[in-house]
Amino acid sequence: MSRYRNLAVLVIVIAAQLVLVAYQVRTKEDVSLLRSVTVTAVSPLAKALDNARGSSMGFLDRYILLVRVEQENERLKTELDKMKLENQFLRTELTTADRVRALAMFQQQTRAKTVAARIIGTGTGANSKAVFVDRGGKDGVQRGMAVITPDGIVGKVTFVYPSASQVLLITDPFFAAGVISQKTRVPGTLKGLGRSQVLVDHVQNEIKVEEGEWFFTSGDDRVFAKGLPAGQVRTVRQGKEFKEIFLDPTGLQRGLEEVLIVLEGIHQMIPEGIGPAIGPVTMVEPPAELAEARTADQKALESGIPALSTDADRLREKIKRIGEIQGVRFGNAGARLPNFNMDPNQVTRPQAPVLAAPKPAAPPPAVETAKPGPPAN
Amino acid sequence: MPDISDQRLIDNPRRGKISKFRVVWLIFIPLASIAFQVNIPLFFKHLGYLELPLLVTVYFSLMQRNPMGGTLIGAVIGLLQDALANQPLGIFGMVKTLVGYFAASISIKIDVDNTTIRAGLSFFFFFFHQFFTWILVRALLGQAIDFDITQTLLFGLLNALVAVPLFLILDKLRERG
Repeated sequence: MSRYRNLAVLVIVIAAQLVLVAYQVRTKEDVSLLRSVTVTAVSPLAKALDNARGSSMGFLDRYILLVRVEQENERLKTELDKMKLENQFLRTELTTADRVRALAMFQQQTRAKTVAARIIGTGTGANSKAVFVDRGGKDGVQRGMAVITPDGIVGKVTFVYPSASQVLLITDPFFAAGVISQKTRVPGTLKGLGRSQVLVDHVQNEIKVEEGEWFFTSGDDRVFAKGLPAGQVRTVRQGKEFKEIFLDPTGLQRGLEEVLIVLEGIHQMIPEGIGPAIGPVTMVEPPAELAEARTADQKALESGIPALSTDADRLREKIKRIGEIQGVRFGNAGARLPNFNMDPNQVTRPQAPVLAAPKPAAPPPAVETAKPGPPAN
Repeated sequence: MPDISDQRLIDNPRRGKISKFRVVWLIFIPLASIAFQVNIPLFFKHLGYLELPLLVTVYFSLMQRNPMGGTLIGAVIGLLQDALANQPLGIFGMVKTLVGYFAASISIKIDVDNTTIRAGLSFFFFFFHQFFTWILVRALLGQAIDFDITQTLLFGLLNALVAVPLFLILDKLRERG
């Protein structure tokens, strides 16, 4: 009987959870009470672990120092080790301070109302890319709010608890946001893939998108305000129906420790021209041949001769001169072929205006006031 | 007949010994394991493979030697883990319920204080857990997530290695007598 009782309990517990999953999937409603209780119970432990990590590093440092202080010969080495550790620690502190200062500066500059938050944990889902931050409903955070850094968008708030919130990162397969390209203003849908890069979907194959181009939020999704950097195009390729555009999300590139939760977003203009992180462009001088050709064209233009603006024009002029020099008229059937290998620049250009420029048509005698055409060379 | 054979096994002083823990440990250890899982990978990404809530489920179920107790332990730890995951509640709950039930059932038959057996069971249940999670996520949520067998086997091995000292530490929390 005991065996059947155990089996019965197993079946009941499994069936109850199956119904729970079905209910949530079908109604799209969440059992927020259990999540809230769990996060409230776990977040102090997570914070304690975080603090313990910092303290244990200090304890380890002091322990090493005490052990080695007895050995006089290695005292200097110990001090050096200590200095190195301190240096590393201070560097880390400095980096953290810089990051926090940058975040604070960005927070002051941006017109949007934001609240700074610290990452305290990751999600436990099989393929999910979600994190927990130490700001919750008490701080004014609400579900659906955008989460950003000065470098770009990070994710959006999916669950809010009194003292913490869950943020779905833009790399999560369930994440989506409206984006627009910087150069051609092509709209698309940014989707997470479960890995470091993200995909911009719903961009037609015919539309041109270049590697290195920036994508910004379009504001269409009503989560992210318009004009926030989303990422830079790493790879573009033709897809079956839509282009496959892979971005490096810029908001996650410098690691993720502190973020800003946007309490009230304000749309911004998408910056023109180059992307936000690119400096001034240096241009080198053009090649000598190109410069000479341009100078010749400029002179010809100034002297009244039609400018040879393209390579085809210059080739036509060269062939025409070869024909003039060798006395060959092109277009006559049975005429001999000229030697196209000769260099017309080695031969002095004939003075007589053979074919250089079309002669102006003789003015009709009735029109007395007609101005004469340009002189033929 | 089965009841008689079971009784004989339970009568075995080595196999039938039921371990008891203080309630505070039964609450704190699972919560700490979940907190560890959500916090530590932030700073030590290579420890992301550790499935401490699963190891804790296996340990408490093995020590309970009662399938009903194992079922409930697995369900509670699984649901707590679900609460921190971006997925409907019940996925980890169902998988860990099964893990708890089977671990407790097996513990009646074998010597769960043996280190090798503990490592083997941890390895087996890790693979079982990952495989069933994959099946449930695909079947119930329609998510096409990858299942890398080689990686799962490797992580199972690493979890088994961690399980041995962890179980020895948890043994210290058992009540004497």
